[in-house]
Amino acid sequence: MDDRFNAYLLRSDVPGRRSGPLAGRTVAIKDNISTAGMETTCGSRILKGYVPPYDAHVVSLLRDAGATINGKTNMDEFGMGTTTENSGFGPTLNPVDTTRVPGGSSGGSAAAVAAGLAEMALGTDTGGSIRCPAAFCGIVGFKPTYGRVSRYGLVAYANSLETIGPMGRTVGDISALLRVISRPDPRDSTMQGLPYEHDPVPSVRGRTIGVPAEFFGEGVDPRVAAKVRDSIETLAACGAKVVPVSMPTMKFALAAYYITCTSEASSNLARYDGVRFGPGAEVQRSWHDAFTAVRAEHFGEEVRRRILLGTFALSAGYYGRYYGKAQTARAQVAADFERLFRSVDLLAGPTMPTVAFRLGELADPLSMYLADILTVPANLAGVPAISVPCGSVDGLPVGLQLMGRPFDDETVIDAAAAFEAEVTA
Amino acid sequence: MSADQVIIGLEIHCQLDTRTKLFCGCSTDYRDDGPNTHVCPVCLGLPGTMPAVNRRAVEYALRVAKAFNCEIPEECEFSRKNYFYPDLPKGYQITQYDRPLALGGHIVIEAEEGGEKKVRLTRIHMEEDPGRLVHRGGGARARYSLVDYNRSGVPLIEIVTEPDLRSPKEARRLLAKLRATLEYLGVFDSEKEGSLRVDANVSIAGHDRVEIKNISSYKGVEKALTFEITRQRSLIRRGATVERETRHFVEARGTTTASRSKVEEHDYRYFPEPDLPPLRVASWLDDIALPELPDARRERFMQQYGLSINHARTLTGDLRLAEFFEAVAGEDPVLAATWVADTLLGELNYRDRTIATVDPIRFRSLLSLVGSGTITDRSGVEVLRLVLDTPEEPASIVERLGLAVTGDDAVATAIAEVLAEQPQAVADYRAGKGAALNYLAGQVMKKTRGRADPREVGRRLAEALAE
Repeated sequence: MDDRFNAYLLRSDVPGRRSGPLAGRTVAIKDNISTAGMETTCGSRILKGYVPPYDAHVVSLLRDAGATINGKTNMDEFGMGTTTENSGFGPTLNPVDTTRVPGGSSGGSAAAVAAGLAEMALGTDTGGSIRCPAAFCGIVGFKPTYGRVSRYGLVAYANSLETIGPMGRTVGDISALLRVISRPDPRDSTMQGLPYEHDPVPSVRGRTIGVPAEFFGEGVDPRVAAKVRDSIETLAACGAKVVPVSMPTMKFALAAYYITCTSEASSNLARYDGVRFGPGAEVQRSWHDAFTAVRAEHFGEEVRRRILLGTFALSAGYYGRYYGKAQTARAQVAADFERLFRSVDLLAGPTMPTVAFRLGELADPLSMYLADILTVPANLAGVPAISVPCGSVDGLPVGLQLMGRPFDDETVIDAAAAFEAEVTA
Repeated sequence: MSADQVIIGLEIHCQLDTRTKLFCGCSTDYRDDGPNTHVCPVCLGLPGTMPAVNRRAVEYALRVAKAFNCEIPEECEFSRKNYFYPDLPKGYQITQYDRPLALGGHIVIEAEEGGEKKVRLTRIHMEEDPGRLVHRGGGARARYSLVDYNRSGVPLIEIVTEPDLRSPKEARRLLAKLRATLEYLGVFDSEKEGSLRVDANVSIAGHDRVEIKNISSYKGVEKALTFEITRQRSLIRRGATVERETRHFVEARGTTTASRSKVEEHDYRYFPEPDLPPLRVASWLDDIALPELPDARRERFMQQYGLSINHARTLTGDLRLAEFFEAVAGEDPVLAATWVADTLLGELNYRDRTIATVDPIRFRSLLSLVGSGTITDRSGVEVLRLVLDTPEEPASIVERLGLAVTGDDAVATAIAEVLAEQPQAVADYRAGKGAALNYLAGQVMKKTRGRADPREVGRRLAEALAE
């Protein structure tokens, strides 16, 4: 199989059990999910050569369900990016247009599915990392409710925000994959023990869909906005009631998100010191000099930037001004969702403000951070969110994003299935 | 407070004696095994692993909090303490910071000047033990260090006292009381090496305070504090300033040395551990039942057995000792208390042995030999030494060495013989020389090879001479 898109960091052909709901189906796994006996690098040179001795919970479940794991997919280093250009092992190309990025950070998983190299894939979503590449590559990507899928074995970037989720060509596929990976796991204390056991019902009849004005604000490409508004009309035509709403806390979302994720990352990434995994430290030096050198040499620029930002945000004297404040803002975003979900069943808008960027287009970090504005609110509030293909602009895919109540992943998937059925009919 | 009053506060780390570690299923029973044999992906901090709280460890910590009358908030939370050190596999320690398990409370000790004293507690929190470094080549000259993660993740409680202690002796008493209470609660094993570590803050009133880190024995605490107080007092006497600093206790030399400089002081960047939701422990409290604690047992020993406060305090100061006493108390608990608290403890101390090594059944046989008058107290001590040092039964020792107190006839025969053999001494006694009686008694004792009761011999000899 030809991987012209650099979707994979490692190819494999490990069949699971012979029977099971995913028997004979191929699943690609994002490289920040631990696979026993298979190198797991998180797209970082600091983990080059690290082979986990254990499987992530979701990987054990996949093997038991009969899935064939066909490789580990490329990603922005530790999930830090929106384009998969921040990989320590070269960028992944978008199979739809190889001059474009596939989105990120689960760009390798999205490209593998879009190129037909794997039927399905696991991604992880900290601030949009499943939904963004799904939208850019024209596939379906789902971020489950926080606490619905065990994170045990997911190499942590920002624990309180991230989830593992399914990516596939159809809503039916991501639903089938979610059924398998949402089994309870006592090793993840943030799990709620509510497995997803649903078969999608393609219907939105009687559902109320709120459309937040902020999702169509400044920075959103008008052609993308128009496609998404058309899609919401389609859902209305299927029997949904569409109402305009407002999410005023959107203005805090990006700041709250970036302070939280960089703070957690600065702590999570402290363990990469060259002692137990990855390239070894120079033994002749003192401990402090040795680990400092290993980290300076093997972490990429964006990772170092986020570690510095997060370290600063948690520092004595700044905690209250940054991390503490971000948690307050985050609680307000969650409260905003809660308020809206008292009167609507779903929220709809674009997944990304634009279509896929050209490779190298987002040169400065700030413009990359801004591209996450429509995806991070769901992570801050922990709610389920899906991106389904809804047409294209200049031949490049556009994603419709649907968000639902916490632990009502079923309604989100049903609505996406209804939309998919309508547009493919 | 007088001008040179000593002020001491302690931070005490105790390993909780659970079967498994705080956040994973690894066994905590690593002391006799090779390095890195009690480890798993979680306690090695491998990427992707997550902590899951050991409920038993929390229950143990709650027992301690309840025993010391702490306030236990509805909810507590784990936080990360971030710092780089090679024994810390994740680059942070999971501990508790601004929402600890317990606040306040107190430990009652015997005050330096007598009477009881409440030492206030600031807080009690849970945390994980780091791994252990072994420096090859020894100390500062080591070429490299090895890391053993067997200890990584063992549950600890940290107990922080208010600066209520006024002398090294009080500090030692606090630790003794703490240890006893934790053992009564069944949550701690003081005999496991490294199960208790203490940081001590000490100052002289009106001067800056010094923190002494990592004292790992009970005796070490008193020694370190005594040294440090002398050091601080002599600085002050010379008109020098006591620097606010952290010092290390050098156990071998009994001294403290300056360690971390101010430049290296850490900003630990605490924040809530995102992988562990807050623990709602309030609802668990109803299930936490406390056993009889040292103070209650001391009162009971006085009431039930009629022991003196000193015996009762000594015997209840250690769970195993208290249990041993109750096993041997028998019909004459006061005699048993004297023998356990005064004689046995001295002999054990001399041998550097613990009460756990003494067989209560043989000790009880010894007590009944003494209690029935079969052997004298002096012979009893001799038998006790052999009971401790050999496996022989007390009765057999008494017989083999002929230590049984001799019967009346043998004493009477000996007296008659001595009176016949020593006419001069008899005449001296009758002439009013009282000292002659002691000489005659000595001769009788000699004839009975020390088996007779000396008081009995004296009484009967006087009777015989009066005839």
